[in-house]
Amino acid sequence: MMDFMPSENATQAIFVARGLTKTYRLGDVEVPALRSIDLQLYRGELVVLLGPSGSGKSTLLNILGGLDAPTSGEVYYLDHKLTGASEADLTRFRREHVGFVFQFYNLIPSLTARENVAAVTEIAKSPMQPEEALQLVGLGNRLDHFPAQLSGGEQQRVAIARAVAKNPAVLLCDEPTGALDSATGVVVLEVLEMVNRELGTLTVLITHNVGIADMADRVIRLSDGRIAEERRNAHKRAAHALSW
Amino acid sequence: MRVLNRKLLRDLWHMRGQMLAIAAVIMGGVATLVISLSTYDSLVDTRDRFYSEYHLADVFDSLKRAPEPVAERLAAIPGVQRMETAVTTGVKLEVEGFPDPITGQILSLPDVGQAQLNRLYIKRGRLVRPWSTDEVVITDTFADAHHLQPGDLLTAIIHGKRKRLTVVGVAVAPEYVYQIAPGAMFPDFKRFGVLWMGRHALAAACNMEGSFNQVSLTLARHANEQDVIDRVDSILAVYGGTGAYGRKDQLSNRFLSEELKELRTMVIIFPAIFLGVAAFLLNVVLSRLIALQREQIAILKAFGYSDLAIAMHYVMMVLLLVLLGVTAGAALGTWFGWGLSHVYTETTFRFPYLDYRVQPGVVLFSLVVSALAAVSGTLVSVMRAVRLPPAEGMRPEMPVAYRTSLVERMGLKRWLSAPSRMILRHIGWRPLKSFLTVVGIACACGLMMVGNYQQGAIDFMVDVQFRQAAREDLALSLIDPTSGRALHELEALPGVRSVEGYRDVPVILRYGQYSHRAMLFGIQPEGQLHRALDRELRPVPVPPGGVVLTDHLANNMLHVKPGDVLTVEVLEGSRPVRQVPVLGITKQYLGVSAYMQKDSVNALLREGNTVTGAYLAVEPGAEAKLYAELHDRPRVLGMIANKSAIQSFYDTIGEFILFFNLVATLLAGAIGFGVVYNSARISLSERGRELASLRVLGFTRGEIAYILLGELALLTLAAIPVGFLIGIGLVGILVVAFQGELYRLPMILTPENYAMGASVVVASALLSGYLVWLRLGRLDLVAVLKTRE
Ligand SMILES: Nc1ncnc2c1ncn2[C@@H]1O[C@H](COP(=O)(O)OP(=O)(O)OP(=O)(O)O)[C@@H](O)[C@H]1O
Ligand SMILES: [Mg+2]
Repeated sequence: MMDFMPSENATQAIFVARGLTKTYRLGDVEVPALRSIDLQLYRGELVVLLGPSGSGKSTLLNILGGLDAPTSGEVYYLDHKLTGASEADLTRFRREHVGFVFQFYNLIPSLTARENVAAVTEIAKSPMQPEEALQLVGLGNRLDHFPAQLSGGEQQRVAIARAVAKNPAVLLCDEPTGALDSATGVVVLEVLEMVNRELGTLTVLITHNVGIADMADRVIRLSDGRIAEERRNAHKRAAHALSW
Repeated sequence: MRVLNRKLLRDLWHMRGQMLAIAAVIMGGVATLVISLSTYDSLVDTRDRFYSEYHLADVFDSLKRAPEPVAERLAAIPGVQRMETAVTTGVKLEVEGFPDPITGQILSLPDVGQAQLNRLYIKRGRLVRPWSTDEVVITDTFADAHHLQPGDLLTAIIHGKRKRLTVVGVAVAPEYVYQIAPGAMFPDFKRFGVLWMGRHALAAACNMEGSFNQVSLTLARHANEQDVIDRVDSILAVYGGTGAYGRKDQLSNRFLSEELKELRTMVIIFPAIFLGVAAFLLNVVLSRLIALQREQIAILKAFGYSDLAIAMHYVMMVLLLVLLGVTAGAALGTWFGWGLSHVYTETTFRFPYLDYRVQPGVVLFSLVVSALAAVSGTLVSVMRAVRLPPAEGMRPEMPVAYRTSLVERMGLKRWLSAPSRMILRHIGWRPLKSFLTVVGIACACGLMMVGNYQQGAIDFMVDVQFRQAAREDLALSLIDPTSGRALHELEALPGVRSVEGYRDVPVILRYGQYSHRAMLFGIQPEGQLHRALDRELRPVPVPPGGVVLTDHLANNMLHVKPGDVLTVEVLEGSRPVRQVPVLGITKQYLGVSAYMQKDSVNALLREGNTVTGAYLAVEPGAEAKLYAELHDRPRVLGMIANKSAIQSFYDTIGEFILFFNLVATLLAGAIGFGVVYNSARISLSERGRELASLRVLGFTRGEIAYILLGELALLTLAAIPVGFLIGIGLVGILVVAFQGELYRLPMILTPENYAMGASVVVASALLSGYLVWLRLGRLDLVAVLKTRE
């Protein structure tokens, strides 16, 4: 079972990470992916993670999302300790609180857009209607299409609808626009921005595009497994004003 | 190329579970072939060697009695190489501590020196001493059944006279490789024995001094057997000769040949079924497995590898697999085959030794068949993959569009959860693939049913034979034809409930070019104990004035139909030849019979009310006393008690069936597991990404297992009825193939057969499901997000 965190900040911070370290061991070689990361993420924030390839962005996101465990250090989600939690607890955590969006969409090819969303809402506690979620991402008219019948951008929007439909507390997006052209990418980002604004969902967004960072409340730059820079945007730019 | 080879080994290692399962399929098929062929070859070789080393005669005849000088005339027949006369008679035996009646055949050995023909292989002890009067050699079957050793005593009643005899040797005889009491259906080593004693002593015991009643001879190289037989017949006719016959009609050899013929059918049918199914499965499984390699193939092509190089790569991979499977199959087959041959020689045939060997050709053949099946399955998929332009191949094989499944369209949609819909659509997406998987699993079910079919079939045949047709408790044969009045005497014995007399006579039945040597049985037309059965297995009365034949005898041996007229050559007395119409066809699974009314046989032989034996119904509990009573009567030659005959049959065949079932179960199980496990594993490979994605979204292991295993469960369930149909079909093939003189297999499938067939599938599915469940716990959730596919 998860322990209670004895911190006073618990009410504000959704995620608190302390001394997060992740080291991959390949035979005799040690590959450090994260080196002692301290981090707090707050309710309603839109955070962009930047950094060169291999700097540890995905590793960090996966640990936050309960997909991976750090080698050392601690992560708290509200008052639940994620580090050391059992596989079943992590599964429940993902199921109830986390929405994921991936670079490669990861939709279920045998299910329609509506059913892809329904697959998640069926097992969630207080979800939206799948139609509502798809409406939100502007696909109210493509409910019964299979992934193979949708464009990449549309598939990614279905993935976002699937991620937000359960009303998660956090939305974790790993290069959601990585496989899209910039115009389509902007449409996807608009959706994320809207979800963040309307539902107040803590949104963490990994990207290689420095331009995208302008829409964030906060930008965290990773380098070589460490936080190299952390800044707040004085004024966010709207997603539709971005381009790359 | 060296990198490609490393890839090959790594791929094999990575898929080792599946590879082993495929190898198990090959092993199952090959083992069946090796078992069957090596057993058959070994028995045939052993028979041939034994016959020639121990000088089995070519022509035999038995007669009433001829003075010894007649032998010289027989030896002088052109074409006769060696000739030997002997004395033989039926005996009743008593062994200390065994209450049932035992009958036997006792034969003479030369008083001095070795026999010329039909020599004995002495397994323990020695031959009888020259001119000894109380020494016997017994067959090893009888010795083993009663734990008799040289030095032990037994009592023989020869022509009504009791004689104490000392066992001095235990032997195996080429003339009695297959030992069966005259008139019996099965060998019964406890209640029938063969013995040899000195000629002088035996002749004295049965008043045959200076005479003989049996002759055996071998033929010179170019002699014509039929000519010699005719000459022997003409010489011995006046001495009560019963018609000389060649090896093919010699009882032991005839049974042996029939058994070997049946075994030969089995040798062809069983491996054909097993290897055929294994080859089919190999083809299906490999083509699916290779289909998974589609993108890798496209990438290799993009690098500039030629189609041929790529094809060779995969062919090498499956050939390695085939080699593994064939080696394992050959080893297992040799081991089981050795076991089966020995079971055969312990339950059915007696040989002094067994030349067990596996011909290299057999292994080579199975290698070629497996390789062809594997390579063709592989090439189909490889070709499909290399034909694609690399760019297209590298894209994941997405369905053009999934369609809503039939079940959903039928309006059940609202009750199906998303995972259930995934199951149905995945099955419906590639119906051919799903269908082949179902057929593959079904084949394992069918094989299992075939493997376990024997027991039920044998129970059925025994039931028909002994509870419908030959329902008597005791079949009694008399030393000579006797007046029917003797039956009253039997009826009066305590414990006898009813008596039906019969008249049997040895005959040759002829129709056109076809002939068959048999006993013609005259039975009571309205008999309640011994009855003929019609096609529907209902008892039918035998009509007067003609003969009714077992369907196999009529249709396949004599080629007659009701209305045709048979020539019946009687081999007794004045050996009359008569014309007798065929009046009907009867159903019988064990052996073949020719029945007439008893009065009609009496008329045929121009004799009065005469019987040669009787069928008795006995009060329960009165058997032992009655048997002892009858045993002591000098006119009673032999007795066959049905209950003990069936019992001994099951005793001897039990081990055989057990062995056979074990092997069939193992092989069908290996094949079944191989198919089901591969289906599950391939599904896992095909859908691993999807399932991992669902895990990331918060689905539990149980929930994604439902998607994967639900599909497996559904296919397995669908496979069971299909498997039943395949099982019925395969058993049908067996039934058509096994239509011999000794037995014809019935088309019988018991609930147990179905249960076994279904359970191999269910057990394989459960075990595979469990293994896949373990794998699902190790799904790499992170890796699946990093890659496109
Ligand atoms: N399974 C693994 N085994 C070994 N090393 C790994 C594994 N996964 C990641 N790494 C290493 O960990 C480091 C961080 O990887 P990570 O995927 O977090 O990088 P990233 O910042 O997401 O890069 P990118 O922008 O290219 O996606 C890299 O050096 C990578 O090589
Ligand atoms: Mg990454």
